[in-house]
Amino acid sequence: MQQLAMDRRVKAGGDDVGTMKPAPFEYHAPRQLKDAAELLARLPNAKLLAGGQSLVPMMNFRYVIVDHLIDLGGIDDLRGVAVVDGALRIGAMTRQRDLEFSPEVAKHCPLLAEALRHVGHRQTRNRGTIGGSLAHADPAAELPAVCAAYDATIHAVSVRGIRQIACREFYTGFMATALTADEMIAAIDLPIWRLGHGHGFHEFARRQGDFAIAGTAALLDLGADNVVRRAALTLFGVTTSPLRVEAAEARLVGKPLDAAAIRAAAAAAWLVEPISDIHAGGDYRRHLAQVLSARALNDAARRAGVEA
Amino acid sequence: MGKQATRVIVNGKSYARVVDARLTLADFLRHELNLTGTHLGCEHGVCGACTVLVDGRTARSCLMFAVQASGCKVTTVEGLAPDGQLSVLQQAFIDNHGLQCGFCTPGMLMTLTELLRDTPDPSEQEVREALTGNLCRCTGYAGIVAAALDAARRLRGAAAKPGAS
Repeated sequence: MQQLAMDRRVKAGGDDVGTMKPAPFEYHAPRQLKDAAELLARLPNAKLLAGGQSLVPMMNFRYVIVDHLIDLGGIDDLRGVAVVDGALRIGAMTRQRDLEFSPEVAKHCPLLAEALRHVGHRQTRNRGTIGGSLAHADPAAELPAVCAAYDATIHAVSVRGIRQIACREFYTGFMATALTADEMIAAIDLPIWRLGHGHGFHEFARRQGDFAIAGTAALLDLGADNVVRRAALTLFGVTTSPLRVEAAEARLVGKPLDAAAIRAAAAAAWLVEPISDIHAGGDYRRHLAQVLSARALNDAARRAGVEA
Repeated sequence: MGKQATRVIVNGKSYARVVDARLTLADFLRHELNLTGTHLGCEHGVCGACTVLVDGRTARSCLMFAVQASGCKVTTVEGLAPDGQLSVLQQAFIDNHGLQCGFCTPGMLMTLTELLRDTPDPSEQEVREALTGNLCRCTGYAGIVAAALDAARRLRGAAAKPGAS
């Protein structure tokens, strides 16, 4: 019996029996973005390797079997953070840990810095990238939620050229994006909010670093007399993709920010239709959405200078 | 299919091999280089036993392919005690009952080596947060946290005394 299993593994292509987790593939390590796009367009059953912190587990389990793996790790143009036209432009292959400690991120997009502390663990953030997280599109992931709160623009590259995708159009369903098979994320633009705006981020997970059962990201910009000029509230882990709670935002904008306004806005989170799964039922997620929204909005208010 | 040349510097020594592209860095260390100090628990990035330093930063070696580490400097638990002399952190693990079966210990040591390098005076909360990515199923973590804080104290003491090693 054991011999039979051994024979089968040998036939499956492993010459070092027992040491190989993923199915065989050809490895490609382009140095230029255009070469990566060309490989992705040409090779059958190819997949991009970014930080590998979600893809490699799936390959180890053989949930994902590819013929070609295109490693983006050697493309310098895909890394870096810069302010461009009022937005923070982040290269898709910028590591999460580098963003966590980036002075530009802390200054211009503090919501992103705060959210990153909840993304996996230090070992996975050392490898994991922002572009990989966005393309993987796990509904409970923090970075897609932050991008939704900022109304990010995603720059998608293929041999056909480059196009900009608004974050609202990027997530099309459960772990699904608007990227076509030959497209890859090159960069993400996060529009910078006015200096002095407030941010808040809360999630509930069973352990630090786990995917959230539910979470929320909030941004508030206040004008004279603490009237809300702009508001963004995003839920994640609650529906199949990050969800902007527009009803909550509408209850805030144009009104003075106080405890009653925050309560009313957070109550709008009650209206969403949450998913149910092995981790939590829909009713519990709806409860968390409301409670965490209130906490995130309170943090954002405090950071914008209002004790609501 | 998928053979690839890779050259990795492990614990200061350069190794050139032609390997399957699908060979993980963890299996490369264990089976190609016979450095079996790096342990494999879950092999899908949850347990942290296989944590090594890649260019000075912790990474789960089960979630990297050996070919991705080409040109990188990798440090494994063997690299913490190159001449058989235990590092301060390793000695603190012994002194504080920071291990029982020892399976998770190599990963714990690598994570805490990075933490103590970047944060010489960590709070208990910082130590616990750093360890969220490393699972131990026997000690209950108290001894590990105590070992980390003790090692931090000893390292700061050594740094304060010029000439002390």
